[in-house]
Amino acid sequence: MLHEPAAQCGPDASAEYKQRIGVWMFLLYAAIYAAFVAINLLKPLWMEKTVFLGLNLAVVFGFGLIVFALIEALIYNHMCGIHEADNKEAK
Amino acid sequence: MAIAIFLTFVAAVLGLSFYFAAKTKSASGYFAAGGQIHWGVNGIAFAGDYLSAASFLGICGMIATAGYDGFLYSIGYLAGWIVALFVVAEPMKRLGKYTFTDALDAKFNSRGIKLFAAISTLVVSVFYLIPQMVGAGVLVEPLLGIPHYAGVIMVGAIVITIVATAGMTSTTYVQFIKGAMLVVFSLIVTVAVLYRGLTTTPDQGGRVPFYQYKTLEAKEVKGALVLADKAYAVKGSVPVKTETYVKLENSGVQTWWQRSDRDGKIALKETQYEVKKADGSKLVNGLPASKENVLRQNGGLESIKGKTGPEAATGPVGPFEFLSILSDPETKVNTWKIVKLSDGEDKVTVYAPSVKPGNKLMRPGLKFKVEGTPVQKLDFLSLMLALFLGTAALPHILIRYYTVPSQACARKSTIVAIAAIGFFYVLTMYMGLGAVINAALNPVTDNMSAPLLARTFGTFLFAVISAIAFATVLGTVSGLIIAASGAVAHDLMDRYLQLGFNEKQKVRAGKIAAFVVGIIAIMLGILFQGMNVSFLVGLAFAVAASANLPSIIMILFWKKTTAKGIAASIVTGMVSAIGLIMFSPSMYDKFGLNPATAPVPLDNPGIISIPLSFLVLVAVSLFTQKKEASAA
Repeated sequence: MLHEPAAQCGPDASAEYKQRIGVWMFLLYAAIYAAFVAINLLKPLWMEKTVFLGLNLAVVFGFGLIVFALIEALIYNHMCGIHEADNKEAK
Repeated sequence: MAIAIFLTFVAAVLGLSFYFAAKTKSASGYFAAGGQIHWGVNGIAFAGDYLSAASFLGICGMIATAGYDGFLYSIGYLAGWIVALFVVAEPMKRLGKYTFTDALDAKFNSRGIKLFAAISTLVVSVFYLIPQMVGAGVLVEPLLGIPHYAGVIMVGAIVITIVATAGMTSTTYVQFIKGAMLVVFSLIVTVAVLYRGLTTTPDQGGRVPFYQYKTLEAKEVKGALVLADKAYAVKGSVPVKTETYVKLENSGVQTWWQRSDRDGKIALKETQYEVKKADGSKLVNGLPASKENVLRQNGGLESIKGKTGPEAATGPVGPFEFLSILSDPETKVNTWKIVKLSDGEDKVTVYAPSVKPGNKLMRPGLKFKVEGTPVQKLDFLSLMLALFLGTAALPHILIRYYTVPSQACARKSTIVAIAAIGFFYVLTMYMGLGAVINAALNPVTDNMSAPLLARTFGTFLFAVISAIAFATVLGTVSGLIIAASGAVAHDLMDRYLQLGFNEKQKVRAGKIAAFVVGIIAIMLGILFQGMNVSFLVGLAFAVAASANLPSIIMILFWKKTTAKGIAASIVTGMVSAIGLIMFSPSMYDKFGLNPATAPVPLDNPGIISIPLSFLVLVAVSLFTQKKEASAA
């Protein structure tokens, strides 16, 4: 009964492409996140070493993970946008 | 003034709610805001949804008391958005209508999926509601001077009113306004913290006189403790694990002191404490508890890069310099630990000083024992896994993908959310540390650290920050209750039981469900008083990641996934995660049992329940391949 999306989306010709790059970008981020967790578990003292502008590795890596998430997100959006535009033109 | 600002805020939220109520008539409007919200607005509303009491109150509080360990929650919560953006956002938008169950069930049309996904949505929403309600109670206690339970009931009543009137449209705009204000005012508090700088004699901008805790010299003579200051007489001592707490009397007032033996010298350090007497009366720091006689706020710096006194004060500092100074091993931060002991029939809770060097405060280890036993390390790993995988499985986050018109808008709103949330999480570091260095911490609960920090800059900022925090709770609870009511009215009643509701009946059923869930949330909020809200949210993430994420991932990436596999995975993830939590040390402690006897050594269940849920999905799907193929 009335089982359709609240807003109709229509077919997405870029879906496969977006899924593929999404997975790769996810794996890249997951690997860096895993490295962060691994350092904390295996070499916790490394985290208090000063590495940049008087900041220790814990702060730089932690802030870095947040900033990198945004950078990756913007790159992903840019790539998806180009592909979606190309598909529109091709139509 | 604080109360006036606060009430204005609540009135504005309710006004907005009633305004949109007039416009919301359809089920699509109630559950998914008609699918017509702009992606920019939706992105900030995402931030509003996500930056709940856990983020604002819980993370700041945990950073204030456990340093960098609190910030790990910020990192994990933000990293979870990567899973949401790259893996879940667009497919969820493509597959669903109102709820996450729709998306899971789009391919199969299975009654089993409808039932269990709806139950999972309900359970996760209720788990997530608990910390929000606890946060609400904590907030209104100092602001309006009413007890915790009254605060919880008040929030519950307001939220039920909001949800029962307008649904997702009002919730979206409330979240948008609140999300934006939260980030802006957190930035203002952060700039104020940096401008004030660091000092070893914090006086909250002249509002609260700096209090210097005393240290008394003592020596042992024939086994008895003798003090150099003859004004004090020793009245007894109680050993607690490796430490000793000494009861002294001065001018008829009894006080508790922490004994320290170092280099052959004995020192007694002043503590704060509460005594619960057998007759039910309560003493605070030796005198009867009253509105005036409460525990002093804790925190402050013992030394700044090895310096103390006026010469140690830094004046305004930059954001990097601030963190650099606090990471220095010669910067000593005053924290405290809670020690419970018995003195005859009296139950004593001592808040004993515990000085931490900056290098330890600013790396993981104070709360999460990353240098501890393998089990403790596993617990940390389990938490980080659940935080990473939990975001993309939260029902109230997933339903927000249905409020925008297209997949591209779902993606863009997620990116706006990442920017806003990421920026806010950076600010949590400064607000949490700002609260401790300004000695603005309530020793009993760390959840109020951010509002109490704001109070050191004046009543106006305190009122605004408290009102935003309160709106944070209102907004998040509204979103959660809508998710839960959608699960009941749309998934269970309409689609599973096939009651054949029309649009109007579905909205009415949703509102009744919202009322019932709201009442449950109120009761749980009262029951879980005193626990750190971020810790509680971590548990909700673990349940969400265990019950929902394996199904979402596998349905997108594994063609052999079957309906029975999904249903089994949801049940396994939900039951195992909740079961492990119930028998964990934290829950044993909460319910007055000895945490050491808890059968599950982990506080965070994700490391067991998430892989288990994946495994069950794969095994059941493989086992049911032929049956489903032949049935088809």
